[in-house]
Amino acid sequence: MRFFRKVWEWFDARTDASKVIGPILKHPVPPRTGWMYVFGSATLFAFLIQVFTGIALATAYVSSAGQAYESLQWITHQAFLGHLLRGMHYFGASAMVLLVGVHMIRTFLTGSYKFPRELNWVVGVVLLGLTILMGFTGQLLRWDQNGVWSTIVAAEQAGRVPLIGHWLARLLMGGQTVGGATLSRFFAYHVFFIPALIFGMVGLHLVLVLRHGISEKPSASRPVDPKTYRAWYEAMLKREGVPFWPDAAWRDVVFGVLAVACVVFLAWRFGAPELTTPPDPTVVQAYPRPDWYLLWYFAVLAQLPHGTEAYVIVGAPLLAGICLLVLPLIFNRGQRAPSRRPWAVVSIVVIVMGIGVLWFEGERAPWSPDFGVKQLSPEVVNSTNADVLHGAELFHARGCEYCHAVAGNGGHRGPDLTSVADRLTEQQITLRILNGAYNMPSFASSLKPRELTAIVAFLNSRNPAQANNPKE
Amino acid sequence: MSESLPASPERRKLLARLSIGVGCIGAALVGVPVAGFLLGPLFEPVARKWRALGPVDSFQKGETIEVKFADASSVAWAGVTGQTGAWLRREADGQFIAFALNCTHLGCPVRWLQQAELFMCPCHGGVYYKDGAVAAGPPPKPLTRYRVRVNQGQVEILTTPTPIA
Repeated sequence: MRFFRKVWEWFDARTDASKVIGPILKHPVPPRTGWMYVFGSATLFAFLIQVFTGIALATAYVSSAGQAYESLQWITHQAFLGHLLRGMHYFGASAMVLLVGVHMIRTFLTGSYKFPRELNWVVGVVLLGLTILMGFTGQLLRWDQNGVWSTIVAAEQAGRVPLIGHWLARLLMGGQTVGGATLSRFFAYHVFFIPALIFGMVGLHLVLVLRHGISEKPSASRPVDPKTYRAWYEAMLKREGVPFWPDAAWRDVVFGVLAVACVVFLAWRFGAPELTTPPDPTVVQAYPRPDWYLLWYFAVLAQLPHGTEAYVIVGAPLLAGICLLVLPLIFNRGQRAPSRRPWAVVSIVVIVMGIGVLWFEGERAPWSPDFGVKQLSPEVVNSTNADVLHGAELFHARGCEYCHAVAGNGGHRGPDLTSVADRLTEQQITLRILNGAYNMPSFASSLKPRELTAIVAFLNSRNPAQANNPKE
Repeated sequence: MSESLPASPERRKLLARLSIGVGCIGAALVGVPVAGFLLGPLFEPVARKWRALGPVDSFQKGETIEVKFADASSVAWAGVTGQTGAWLRREADGQFIAFALNCTHLGCPVRWLQQAELFMCPCHGGVYYKDGAVAAGPPPKPLTRYRVRVNQGQVEILTTPTPIA
């Protein structure tokens, strides 16, 4: 021990390390901040997991469009601890997104973005954007079929930007099609460009935290006044401040390590998501969808009224970003206590519930045709009439069942037809099939008259209400 | 010695401006080639090549099938990603039409349902008729078409960049 102390003293005498780090560690912070202030540091812990597991994965991952898939399969199924490491990188990303969100909600609810910490918030918003970009580029690096088609979907979205859209799309793909140049680009974005920006922004975020101090617990009796706040804050710290290390830091360490433990446990228990089929752009049996943290946005894109996509795809993220960035510049004073800011609380509840509902819908994806449906069973068809039986076969073969369910079998894109005869007449059913509707194709040119008669006969027999009460 | 002479404020201003100016030149010397390389894909000419798909008689009238061919600008390390697919339809009168696999909504791969005679997209439920016209769902325009020709008994398709709406 004495030897190590001597080495440290020699080193310290030449670097003044303790004089630099000591005051930072021991700087006074407001007392009684509690467990609500641990989410920022936990996000940093999650980021560090990503840095270390990412560097380790990069030693084996081959960023070549032709070989990335095989190298990932090797990492996942053969490399020593590869399965665990990929799992940690995946759940680490999930934790980071989740913790960024919680940290942001806490900062918003306690009004910590107000004077003099406006720039902390702005830098945090930039970090949120960079985190989402990391998640998205990371998903593409799996370079399975989902990755390839997600790249194309991303390029299509970039293509909607006015004037420069086509250039952006081409830069995203690294060429005119998704191919050899695409993956190397995304790899460089994911491991060099965006992480470099994150390191810089995290550094700035921390410098600003030290410069302005963490916000004290909000109190309804003490609204923020930019003229007096700084002097008041300094005096409060002098009066009752406690050293950051260890009085406040212990909670950060305990919670942060707990988060790390959760990530490692989930990675050990569930591992990384399996890759889908190889990245062959000619295989159309693909179902590209984003990872869970962007699934709600996938739902937004499906629910838009037709024709508005171009405006929403570009406008909505832009508007959301601008709102977040200008928020602290507009509301930089006044009440911080959530009890005096009902609109702040309501907006968080609305946003969280909205994303929750969209997320649930994104998981169900009722707007997608269900290509896997089986032909209806004789029990469901429940008829001996030849036309009805033939109609039930056609109902599956002609794709009706991909979008319409009968007795729980079938897709949910269109209305459920379990009891369609209770609400539509035979003539109305016929017209609907021939003409189509807002979200339904017309079958006038593809159905023969006999087939139409059969399908209508089948649908006209879908009236359980009458079947159960034959006298009505 | 000149170093020991007190520098005038004007001289300091000049030296500061000189340093910033020279620094900018240095940054540009490195930055322009780097930025140029990164923007490289924008300067590549659009590659178009006719790719053979097979003899005319191998395609039945009234059928739509998927054809696969190599991208025009593929690199050696592209592996399977250097391939592109298209839906090739031979009309009853013998004419060929080829559609891009990409849905015009957000680019997902549409599937051809032979019996329903519809293309359907798995992402957001876009549907197209056999001639590529929008039948239902969010797609803003018909399926993009490729140019197809018959050359010495071979059906050929003209490669194009991934269609971006």
